[in-house]
Amino acid sequence: MDATIKIDGLQKRFGETQALDGMTFTVRPGQVTGFIGPNGAGKSTTMRVILGLDAPDAGTATIGGYPYRSLRNPLCHVGSLLDAGALQPSRSGRNHLLWLAHSQGLKAGRVDEVIALTGMQSAARRKAGGYSLGMRQRLGIAAALLGDPPVLIFDEPYNGMDPEGIVWMKDFLRSLAAQNRAVLVSSHLMGELEGTAGHLVVIGRGRVIADTSVADLIAAASGNRITLRTTAPADAMTALTSAGAEVTANGSGVLTVSNLSSERVVAILTSHAISFSEVSPHRATLEQAYMELTRESVEYRGEATS
Amino acid sequence: MTAGAVTPHRSPSTPERDSFWYLVHAEWTKFRTVRGWVIATGVTILAITALAFLFCDITAGCAVSSGASGTASAGACPPAPPAGPGGEPVQDAFYFLHQPLTGNGTITVQLTSLTGQIAIGPGSNGQPQMGSGLQPWSKAGIIIKENTSQGSAYAAMMATGSNGVRMQWDYVNDRPGLPGSVSASASRWLRLVRDGDTITGYDSADGTHWTPVDTVTLPGLTDPKQAGTVQAGLFTAAPSNGNAATTTGVFQHIGLSWPATRWTATNVGGTGQNGVGQPGTFSQSGGVFSVTGGSGDIAPLTGGAGVISIQRALLGTFFGLIPLVVVAAMFITGEYRRGLIRVSLTAAPRRGRLLAAKAAVIAAVGFVAGAVAAALAVAVGTPVLPRTGIPVWPVSLLTEARMVVGTGALLALAGVLALAIAIIVRRSAPAITTAIVVIFIPYLLTVGVGPQGGGNGRGGGGDWLLQATPVAAMAVQQALPRYYQVAAPYVVVGGYYPLAPWAGLAVECAWAAAALALAFFLLRRRDA
Repeated sequence: MDATIKIDGLQKRFGETQALDGMTFTVRPGQVTGFIGPNGAGKSTTMRVILGLDAPDAGTATIGGYPYRSLRNPLCHVGSLLDAGALQPSRSGRNHLLWLAHSQGLKAGRVDEVIALTGMQSAARRKAGGYSLGMRQRLGIAAALLGDPPVLIFDEPYNGMDPEGIVWMKDFLRSLAAQNRAVLVSSHLMGELEGTAGHLVVIGRGRVIADTSVADLIAAASGNRITLRTTAPADAMTALTSAGAEVTANGSGVLTVSNLSSERVVAILTSHAISFSEVSPHRATLEQAYMELTRESVEYRGEATS
Repeated sequence: MTAGAVTPHRSPSTPERDSFWYLVHAEWTKFRTVRGWVIATGVTILAITALAFLFCDITAGCAVSSGASGTASAGACPPAPPAGPGGEPVQDAFYFLHQPLTGNGTITVQLTSLTGQIAIGPGSNGQPQMGSGLQPWSKAGIIIKENTSQGSAYAAMMATGSNGVRMQWDYVNDRPGLPGSVSASASRWLRLVRDGDTITGYDSADGTHWTPVDTVTLPGLTDPKQAGTVQAGLFTAAPSNGNAATTTGVFQHIGLSWPATRWTATNVGGTGQNGVGQPGTFSQSGGVFSVTGGSGDIAPLTGGAGVISIQRALLGTFFGLIPLVVVAAMFITGEYRRGLIRVSLTAAPRRGRLLAAKAAVIAAVGFVAGAVAAALAVAVGTPVLPRTGIPVWPVSLLTEARMVVGTGALLALAGVLALAIAIIVRRSAPAITTAIVVIFIPYLLTVGVGPQGGGNGRGGGGDWLLQATPVAAMAVQQALPRYYQVAAPYVVVGGYYPLAPWAGLAVECAWAAAALALAFFLLRRRDA
């Protein structure tokens, strides 16, 4: 099966709220696609539509060209984790995986494999009601992996994980993508996706704001600027401005310089005998790039609700 | 571990096909891995079995005379009623004008009048005021009977109060003959022909053209100790459910194929507890016999007349059903409450199949629990039941099998109904409340209004509940047969239901199917 999720023109209204408003994007195999936007932007609704749980008012969501509801043994095509709390508390984690395995015609041996894969052997035979949120996340990941599916969909998988768990999860997602699976991971915090996602779909107000690779997004947000660290920021600013540069002070001896190459900046500072400790291309953080992109939709929401 | 960059990932473990049985297997795994649900199912079985002991052990406040020392406080039980050739408790109390018949023979009479007296109000001196009238099954006619002991084999041709001519034999059997009532202008000719153990009944409106009504073989009619001699003659009986009544038949043209001997008058059963209400009389003038019999009947006893059956062992069914209904509802509301329904639907996106799998598992659990509980209840109740001192109706193995299998089906359908209701309302408390209202309230109401039920078993206050609500399925537990030729209060407390066993089950089935259809419609339409 072609492991591609294709979302095309989804519309979904809940009462007065337009939850999805023309949502369109594609998730390709071989990389982690970060699905990011403010709370209420439509991430979970989109995922529920992909999984056939919610019916869209318009538009289609297909996996390898097929709607989810038409898949045979769907867990062998798509693994998903929407809500780690979706458990019968008096059933053990292993038995939770066991009924899921049986529903797809899988053997109990596969259950023990995914328990080992997610490192939850010690908790597997305890009642799931007693699990920490982090352990529930691991159980949810194990359930998603049961059918060894080429497509994986995780909604906020880092919720409730301790730092160690977050590191484990990031490595785990990367390894899944490295096996040429399509991995869609939603989050409302860019930091959780940094270093993991190779592609980003940024959404707000039910539609896609940016659909881009991480490298392109940062380059666009960084612009052609230079960061300068010096003990004499006032002298440096005067010298560079007279040479035609735009200079902004960021406080504590850090300046951001535009319109000059780094070679010219070094030459000017040297000729004026101004000492400096760093001249480097400015690099925006993913967080900054994201804030820039979503500012508009967040502000709109702030006004709408106040 | 790492696949080539351009090769799409392929699942090595993907089964080639999907199957409905995978989903049934999954739902069964879900069920058996929640300990509370398994325990509740066990409680259902235990409750029905334990209540069987309780309901069968209720003593009638009398001691069965069995030689063992009874409790001092309990009085002696009334004498046990006679048993018919089939072992069933019967009423065998009538006025019999008879003479012996040895070997084969024929008796023919013309019946010109059938009249009666019944109690119409309280009279004086403790005697009821009597007025003329007939019960629908007041009877007068001819009979060939093994002997004058109660419960012995017989076959009879008779005219009845309002059911025309009938042929009846061995208490439980009845066949209609000529319709209409008897009068001087519309007399009825009756004939019985004995050939060994076989008796054929005939009727005629004119004494010339005879119609056979039926031919029956009565095992035990010819007792070797009696050298083939039976008693044949005229009889009358006034069935009246214990009230004072008489029936008078006027016979003429009495034809016997054997040399006639003197007529002997016997009140079969005497005038005791199980005998006739008052002694009969007869007068003879020329060839005309006028025979008057007191209250009594030749018929099986009914639940309304103090017979019980092993059905009593299943009286706990509806109480045992409560834990099963709760589990059936929580089997799905537990998923709604925790969002687990979304996991179930991602595993089984075709929602009708998920619903069918869930219903199949609950039905199987309910069936096994019900059948096991009913089998245990019957096993527990059978040895205990005679201790009540109340006559026990013999129930065939086939009937017991129907009761056991039917109770399984009753629980299976109740579970499916509760499951469907739970899918419709999605929350535990309203689901369980609704299921209780739909299933248990009619049950309690029918038990409550049962005694006011109509005398013929129809039109009682609870009848429509027993025909139209899920409790109609209780009919599948009925062990006592209903005899239309015996007028008695066929009501719930006597062990009778207005619908036939499988018809009652079909009503519950219709409820479960309708609820399931609505659940399917809503489950498909809703966002999860």
